Amino acid sequence: MTPAIRTEGLSKAFTLHLQGGTRIPVLGGVDLAVHPGECVALWGPSGAGKSTLMRCLYGNYGAGAGRIMLRHGAGEIDLVSADPRDVIAARRETLGYVSQFLRVIPRVATRDIVAEPMIARGVPREEALARGTALLHRLNLPERLHGLPPATFSGGEQQRVNLARGFAPGYPVLLLDEPTASLDAANRAVVMALINEAKAAGTAIIGIFHDAEVREAVADRLFEVLPHQDAA
Amino acid sequence: MNTSEAPSASGATTLEGYNFAYLDEATKRMIRRALLKAVAIPGHQIPFGGREMPLPYGWGTGGIQVTASILGPDDTLKVIDQGSDDTTNAISIRRFFTRVAGVATTEHTAEASVIQTRHRIPERLLREDQIMVYQVPQPEPLFKLEPRRVETKRLHALADYGLMHVRLYEDIARLGQIATAYDYPVMVNGRYLMSPSPIPAFDNPKMDRMPALQLFGAGREKRIYAIPPYTDVRSLDFEDHPFRPIRAPQACALCGSRDTYLDEVITDDRGGRLFVCSDTDFCAERQADAAKEAAE
Amino acid sequence: MTTPLLTAEGLNLHFGAIAALRDVAIDITAGEVVAIVGESGSGKTTLLRVLSGLMAPDSGTVRWLGQDVHAMGEAARRRLMRTDWGFVHQNPRDGLRLAVSAGGNVGERLMAVGARHYGNIRGEALSWLAKVEIDATRIDDLPRTFSGGMQQRLQIARTLVTRPKLVFMDEPTGGLDVSVQARLLDLIRSLSRELGLAVLIVTHDIAAARLLADRILVMRRGEVVEQGLTDRVLDDPQHPYTQLLVSSVLAA
Repeated sequence: MTPAIRTEGLSKAFTLHLQGGTRIPVLGGVDLAVHPGECVALWGPSGAGKSTLMRCLYGNYGAGAGRIMLRHGAGEIDLVSADPRDVIAARRETLGYVSQFLRVIPRVATRDIVAEPMIARGVPREEALARGTALLHRLNLPERLHGLPPATFSGGEQQRVNLARGFAPGYPVLLLDEPTASLDAANRAVVMALINEAKAAGTAIIGIFHDAEVREAVADRLFEVLPHQDAA
Repeated sequence: MNTSEAPSASGATTLEGYNFAYLDEATKRMIRRALLKAVAIPGHQIPFGGREMPLPYGWGTGGIQVTASILGPDDTLKVIDQGSDDTTNAISIRRFFTRVAGVATTEHTAEASVIQTRHRIPERLLREDQIMVYQVPQPEPLFKLEPRRVETKRLHALADYGLMHVRLYEDIARLGQIATAYDYPVMVNGRYLMSPSPIPAFDNPKMDRMPALQLFGAGREKRIYAIPPYTDVRSLDFEDHPFRPIRAPQACALCGSRDTYLDEVITDDRGGRLFVCSDTDFCAERQADAAKEAAE
Repeated sequence: MTTPLLTAEGLNLHFGAIAALRDVAIDITAGEVVAIVGESGSGKTTLLRVLSGLMAPDSGTVRWLGQDVHAMGEAARRRLMRTDWGFVHQNPRDGLRLAVSAGGNVGERLMAVGARHYGNIRGEALSWLAKVEIDATRIDDLPRTFSGGMQQRLQIARTLVTRPKLVFMDEPTGGLDVSVQARLLDLIRSLSRELGLAVLIVTHDIAAARLLADRILVMRRGEVVEQGLTDRVLDDPQHPYTQLLVSSVLAA
């Protein structure tokens, strides 16, 4: 079966022009394949490039070389070379991302933030709000917060909003960057359940799990990301 | 200047040393060309080279130049001001044409071939063989909304008249109805927005498909425009606020008419007032008819 | 990928010795929000004016649905600007009729394209005022009695009433207080999504660009130095100037 997402020789380096053009290689020739229903945990020391890899997979970072083949629609697209509009379409339909931090938009209520990606896909507003709210409840976010913009929420509360937003649409591929970082045990358990349910539904998941318990409960295998050995 | 007088074709004495109807023939030709263009594009303003006239701007120089250009020795001229033949201005202009053209003049609408008017259309239905000449102060209907000439020219060229409808909308929003009582904007031949000159809104319907040719002259602004006979002229309005001609609800105190435009006359300093027909000729005719009937 | 609504290529424009635009190309498809960012003198406003037909380039073409914008004539361009296009000016006074009531301002475009029912026009005006969060009781008030933020929202309502396909925005939040800006940006964001508008927004505010735009073009001295997915360009800037721009933004 074709992987839901796979990379071929993915390389990424940062060139800091403001620091006299210092070049920092981070990823070199990464080959990773994740199948539907599989959860792969990115594993490696801090600063090795796990987050960078994840951001490359989402198209948030550009790649220096290589391809990222995403199964999207009827075929595959290479996220590295795709037109930005195609990347946006891929993100809308196929590829979800729960980042470590919620980027706060002023004035928009939590329930609307969660419903937005579903509405963008054509889900009717009422249904989108219902599905989002159900997840917020499951993640134990109190009802009284649903109508408020998340700007003043605690880290853990914002993370739960982020999670609801990421899990609600049911993406075929889901990227999770430290999904349980600010959560207590009860909510960690909810997240683990959500991940396992998604896997059962055929979602391909790539995650960075700092918490060993969570990693062991959801990951089918580990993918090692080591600090890049600079050839030069 | 030699001001001796000489007999004219109609028998009236005219001033010597002036061309027929005051303007030289080249000027008349220029104005007639402008009139032809105006008739060809109903409602569209045509610039013309206005001449110095023996009266200041604001007193009808445009109307006079148009009349002077179309007058022939066999014409009969009627001049009215606010509907009346006997106001100072009407008398002055009529006398002017008598002295420089020697044409016959009349106060009876039915007998005139050319009618020059300020601020009214006669109540009597006009005929195909008559010409109306209107005196126009401001030919640009959008002037108060858009003072820039360059811009209004563009708006007319593009038939972009939303602005005028906005003005009417504002009236309804503020006052509950369209408050324009005179110089009410009209669409001519479905294409050009036109100022009918400061005639009361009550008179607008008379312009629609009028059998007579209607010519408009603005002397200070140097513009001429025209409405050929039997042309569509519609007053602007909204579907749910249709145009209504407004007149005082009274009857004329002299002839009893209930469907002509009335002037309000203050009779004393204790609030006494009278309403009489603004069109003096029409009122007189009605009175004469009534007297005849009474006699029978 | 769908056919772009507006495409431009090879745009060059000089003001004397100053190169305002240097070989600039851009396109925009239905429903996408594109931000053009840069500092003063970058050419971003000039680009907007050339794209919207207000200014002619020295060379290059701009096409709207395949038709050459600069060759189509003033009449056609004006018609476009009244129907399929909208333009939100930086200063709301440039985009409003200050002597006409709020309702009249919003209704004008409808009346310009033939709306003739007072009740319906007023109804549309009321619904648009609600959409831009202006109280219905202000419908007959003159814009000069509105605050700057309100005037800007009124300008947006006036522009959107004929449901244009493409809206050009020139620094729509310039000169407004920060809290007012936030409200305005939120409005632009939700309306553009709700109505499926294509928006071309010129701004020097990177945060606003991140909030609103799907794609971003970075301009410097008349050239597009970098462009692409908004979050990619802002989180992983490649060009030295983009890196400088992004690093200069203060975080609250």
